[in-house]
Amino acid sequence: MAGDDATAIRARGLVKRFGALAAIDHVDLTVPRAHVYGFLGPNGSGKSTTIRMLCGLLTPTAGEIEVLGLKIPDEADALRTRIGYMTQKFSLFEDLTVRENLEFLAAVYGLSRSRTRERVDELVGLYHFADRQKQLAGTMSGGQKQRLALAGAVIHGPELLFLDEPTSAVDPESRRDFWEKLFDLADGGTTILVSTHYMDEAERCHRIAILDQGALVADGTPAELTGALAGRSVVVRAARPRQAQQALVGLPGVLSVAQVGNALRVLTAGNHDAAARLRDALRGARLDAEVVAGEPNLEDVFVSATRGRARREEAA
Amino acid sequence: MNLRRLFAVTIKELRQMRRDRITLAMIVGIPVMQLVLFGYAINMNLRGLSAGVADMANTGASRALVMDMVATGVISPRVSATAPQALMEQLRRGEISVGVVVPPDFEARRFDGREAVQVLVDGSDTVVQSAAIQLAQLPLDTTPTANVRPLGLGRGQIGVVSFYNPERRSAVNIVPGLVGVILTMTMVLFTGVAIVRECERGNMELLIATPVSSAELMVGKVAPYVAIGLVQTTVVLALGTWLFRVPIAGSLLDVYLAAMLLILANLALGLLISTRARSQFQAMQMTFFVFLPSILLSGFMFPFAGMPRVVQWIAELLPLTHFMRMIRGVMLRGASLPELWPDVLALAAFTAVAMTVAILRFRKRLD
Repeated sequence: MAGDDATAIRARGLVKRFGALAAIDHVDLTVPRAHVYGFLGPNGSGKSTTIRMLCGLLTPTAGEIEVLGLKIPDEADALRTRIGYMTQKFSLFEDLTVRENLEFLAAVYGLSRSRTRERVDELVGLYHFADRQKQLAGTMSGGQKQRLALAGAVIHGPELLFLDEPTSAVDPESRRDFWEKLFDLADGGTTILVSTHYMDEAERCHRIAILDQGALVADGTPAELTGALAGRSVVVRAARPRQAQQALVGLPGVLSVAQVGNALRVLTAGNHDAAARLRDALRGARLDAEVVAGEPNLEDVFVSATRGRARREEAA
Repeated sequence: MNLRRLFAVTIKELRQMRRDRITLAMIVGIPVMQLVLFGYAINMNLRGLSAGVADMANTGASRALVMDMVATGVISPRVSATAPQALMEQLRRGEISVGVVVPPDFEARRFDGREAVQVLVDGSDTVVQSAAIQLAQLPLDTTPTANVRPLGLGRGQIGVVSFYNPERRSAVNIVPGLVGVILTMTMVLFTGVAIVRECERGNMELLIATPVSSAELMVGKVAPYVAIGLVQTTVVLALGTWLFRVPIAGSLLDVYLAAMLLILANLALGLLISTRARSQFQAMQMTFFVFLPSILLSGFMFPFAGMPRVVQWIAELLPLTHFMRMIRGVMLRGASLPELWPDVLALAAFTAVAMTVAILRFRKRLD
């Protein structure tokens, strides 16, 4: 594989087995530079395992990885100074202060003493820690810890940033701030690979990949992925939504029925006049309902990708 | 190895230690506690055993004999009786530990060379028993000097003469060894949990994703403990000299160099444990597996020479055994380290092997 400047990460045929379990099953991945690339998937789908392999922390069972032009895991040591990695669990030292943590990381990443002081001052300002420099990391809130972890991960100005579910224990406002920081970084040319199980976060990414049970089931821009579902998403407004849901949930070609307020969002397998078939079914059940075409969203993409795979496996 | 990174690890370690009150307390608390416990409570050479004396002869020689016994400091007479039966009663009730019986025909027995004095001992305590046996050797040694009537050479003429610790105070034997015992306990324990703790707290995933190398991490982590080990050595030596008047016959530099060798060996051993253990609790259990044989087999408690050959071989593998020989040599016999080169070499080799294996075992990978 030849490294090219437009690609930050390229993985081919990635496999990771833990004993008999295939945690990652032949995943191909291409992450363009200066993109915010989202990794979407339920817990246990292999997001963390994939990220760890891309960083060179886990050795793949099979497959080729090239990150920033380096072959991984062979050249993982050379890669470490060029990437930042934010672990899922807070991994900075809880018994060190904000400043001490940052100073430690700066030194470990080889920043000189004067550069360390400069950079730590800069990050303390940028990440709003000016009045908390002497606070022990362990005594901070979830959102503050995540902000500190991000500051630590970017202390050496990495070209590529791996973030493993950075906002899983963080309140909505902190999440929003956190994502603003990510876009600032991407704007400065940093490539970001971020895993999440929040749809709203995935929607903000330039590109996303959906992982399900160790397999890559979808890959593209959010618009591409939702666009591919045109006509398959239907909104049903019924007087008695619970009953309507029961009438629809077993129908052939219906992938999912989710209640949203008084309406139902229905995702169908094919786009062949889905609305008409739903209307017939509701009329058959003597339920009053209005059926209109819906706008597909990433949740639909997620459901369609994961359910679709389950179906294919059942058929096989 | 990059010094800046190494120092960063050391400074981080020191900062964490400063906030860890229990560890801080252990650094000074363990040496002080052990020294006081071993120095005062666990006294192998008993002094001041409460004794009862039944001097039924009551001659000049018999009184001199009893005085000599008291002068050893081993017994302190509490009661005097007129018949051995009374002493046996008190012995059984636990009021006295030793009874001295001088029979009425003491003078006649002396001349005949028969048993002239009986020492009744509370045999349920082995330490008391051995103390009394020492005591029993005393009379026949000293009677000639009592200027009563010279005796011919007979039993008990061969006295035990103790060089280097003439008063047979246990503290003198124990304190130098205690330096080693304390260093073995604390150094192995501190570093034994050092790496596992990072794994348990989740810091390890962060560390291995940084450019810090295994060697930088290992050496940087143990560096502060070298200083701590030397502080502990100083505490034990200072208290030992002050409280127990333990002499330092050799050079103080040699004492510290020997301590340094043991510290390094134990830190390397601790790191090795740390790369093996899965949790801090496991690391502590493994530390105990090293600590117990060290205390029992190193010669600290029981004489090395008396152990079976196989046990001696095992003991040779323990750092404490070599340190025990070095420190007793230097502190009590005034030997210099070069004279004790086999033990110096053994500890250096142990450190090199354990450290290398520890660094090699530690992989910067999660799998």
